[in-house]
Amino acid sequence: MKQLLTFVRKEFAHVLRDRKTLLILFGMPVAQILIFGFALTNEVKNARIMIMDQAKDQASRQIIDKIEASRYFEVNQYIHHRDELEKGFKQGDVRLAVIFPQGFDHALQHLHQAQIEVIADASDPNYATTLSSYISSIIQDYQSEQVAAAGHLPYQIVPQIRFLYNPQLKGAPNFVPGVMALVLMLVCVMMTAVSIVKEKETGTMEILLVSPFSPLMVIVSKAIPYLLLSLINVTTILLLSVFVLDLPVQGNLILLFAESTLFIITCLTLGIFISVKTSSQQVAMLISLMGMMLPTILFSGFMFPIENMPWPLQLISNVVPSKWYYIIVKAIMIKGLGFAAIWKETLILAGITLALLVISLKSFKIRLS
Amino acid sequence: MEAVRTTHLKKTYHGKTAVDEVSLTIEQGELFGLIGPDGAGKTSIFRMLTTLLLPDGGAAAVDGLDVVKDYRQIRKRVGYMPGKFSLYPDLSVEENLNFFATVFNTTVAANYTLIKDIYVQLEPFKKRRAGKLSGGMKQKLALCCALIHKPTVLFLDEPTTGVDPVSRKEFWEMLQQLKAQHITILVSTPYMDEASLCDKVALIQQGKILSVDTPAAIVASYPQPLYAARANEMHQLLKALQQSADVRSSYGFGEFAHVSFKDTDIDIASFETILAKKGLTDIEIRPTPVTIEDCFIERLNSQA
Repeated sequence: MKQLLTFVRKEFAHVLRDRKTLLILFGMPVAQILIFGFALTNEVKNARIMIMDQAKDQASRQIIDKIEASRYFEVNQYIHHRDELEKGFKQGDVRLAVIFPQGFDHALQHLHQAQIEVIADASDPNYATTLSSYISSIIQDYQSEQVAAAGHLPYQIVPQIRFLYNPQLKGAPNFVPGVMALVLMLVCVMMTAVSIVKEKETGTMEILLVSPFSPLMVIVSKAIPYLLLSLINVTTILLLSVFVLDLPVQGNLILLFAESTLFIITCLTLGIFISVKTSSQQVAMLISLMGMMLPTILFSGFMFPIENMPWPLQLISNVVPSKWYYIIVKAIMIKGLGFAAIWKETLILAGITLALLVISLKSFKIRLS
Repeated sequence: MEAVRTTHLKKTYHGKTAVDEVSLTIEQGELFGLIGPDGAGKTSIFRMLTTLLLPDGGAAAVDGLDVVKDYRQIRKRVGYMPGKFSLYPDLSVEENLNFFATVFNTTVAANYTLIKDIYVQLEPFKKRRAGKLSGGMKQKLALCCALIHKPTVLFLDEPTTGVDPVSRKEFWEMLQQLKAQHITILVSTPYMDEASLCDKVALIQQGKILSVDTPAAIVASYPQPLYAARANEMHQLLKALQQSADVRSSYGFGEFAHVSFKDTDIDIASFETILAKKGLTDIEIRPTPVTIEDCFIERLNSQA
């Protein structure tokens, strides 16, 4: 026991005395959260639009006010001729134009039907779709207000669109669980693999092997510091997401930490497995980066929906631990669900961990190869 | 009982033989030197004896324990210092020593007497990180760490490689002191001059043991009188010696050429005149004491 403690203390010294390691360990999660939170968001903010109001009546004015009030749009210019449309788009900074026809209010009052023309710059199709759906929801909103005020207006169909769990369509919910999976995967796998391989490379592993200390304990004492440091990382990410990104944790915090611990152990065993199979720090680092980061990004569902993938890829995604962790964190953090909703995913993750643990312990060498 | 015994020990890497039927016996308390050039198989023998590698043939025992079967027992009692500096460069001198003491289930205080003479030299730097020590200091620290659990057999794999001559000398003095503590020491080195400091040496080349004996006996077994030769043009001299029909063997040795003759009663003066006829001047040939290196070269030649 005293041996283990000394070993763990030694590992902490290695981490704390190496500025580069420290930077990767604690800088990476913060940087990723901030980058994903503020820079790489696909959320629409302050998109520049043009408005051509040929009606200039009460209804068009009210809708324009609503658009201007929304934080998604910034009305860049009011135009009077269709010729100006093309010029506005070609200058590149205008993404969408809204055109009210003459007699808009009149048509609405008497024909119970009026048209608004929405023209979007579809050179970026996703962006255009998002913008036009925002505009139509603003218009829907106006319509339903009118219905409520008048009380009747027959034959008016108001579609109810509701965004579940993320009503403001915030970008953060999707990526925070994703970044958690990514950071833990990178930190735990890479750090563990590199730290064990380092002992091999510098020759200290030779001395450790020729000692009463059991090789199993070497692994355990390597894993403990990184488990603790990773839990600190989880805490940092959660704090950032709550206080900087305004994304509260809906579900049980203890459950979230318990599941994170399970995932960290999965990653640690993966790291140990890599370290057993490689003998230089560079190779270990490359494998951890390429072998862990890409599958996590591709197959966890955090950037690309798994449902859209061809079935062979869907099949592969099942063995990627971060996919299950991503589902679990999303369920706890954003949907506020309890263990009952995620026991299956937890079981799968635990199964993968156990399998990895057995494989890496079996292949750990008690001698030099 | 012998501290180390190997019988027909063999190790091959991808079909290439690194250790070829090595049989050695090292008595308890002996300072035993394994002398040979780089790539002779010294490290492989060390790693098999310290249970780090499995032999491909033959058997080996340390303290009567089999290196394959009883590897756990052996790991508890031997001390091992690998060839490369193998401590934690980011930990201080003190931390390294404490760490290895704990790993071996002991404390620095418990065996301090054993390392005291060496550690006093390190003490002024005990807060310094091991990576920042000089080469000689690193070796001393590594020796302390290998000794801290009072091993019965100490394996030192090329402890003086890359260390300055003064530190090398100090290092060997430390080994003599340790011998006085009844610790069996197996040390390997590519430096022939260090061989004479051992109780017994084994000369090894390409995985084969050339001879095992005390340094004195090995030197005494040299079959011929040996001469050191010098002239104004060393290169010319060596060429002339090699071409001469009287010469049995000749090779450069520091600033001299070492020569032995086919006829042990050769008249040196007349041989010098033969050389002088070839245009060499300042010729000087005189008897010289045989060194381990001469014996090593002799064995290599007689093998070939």
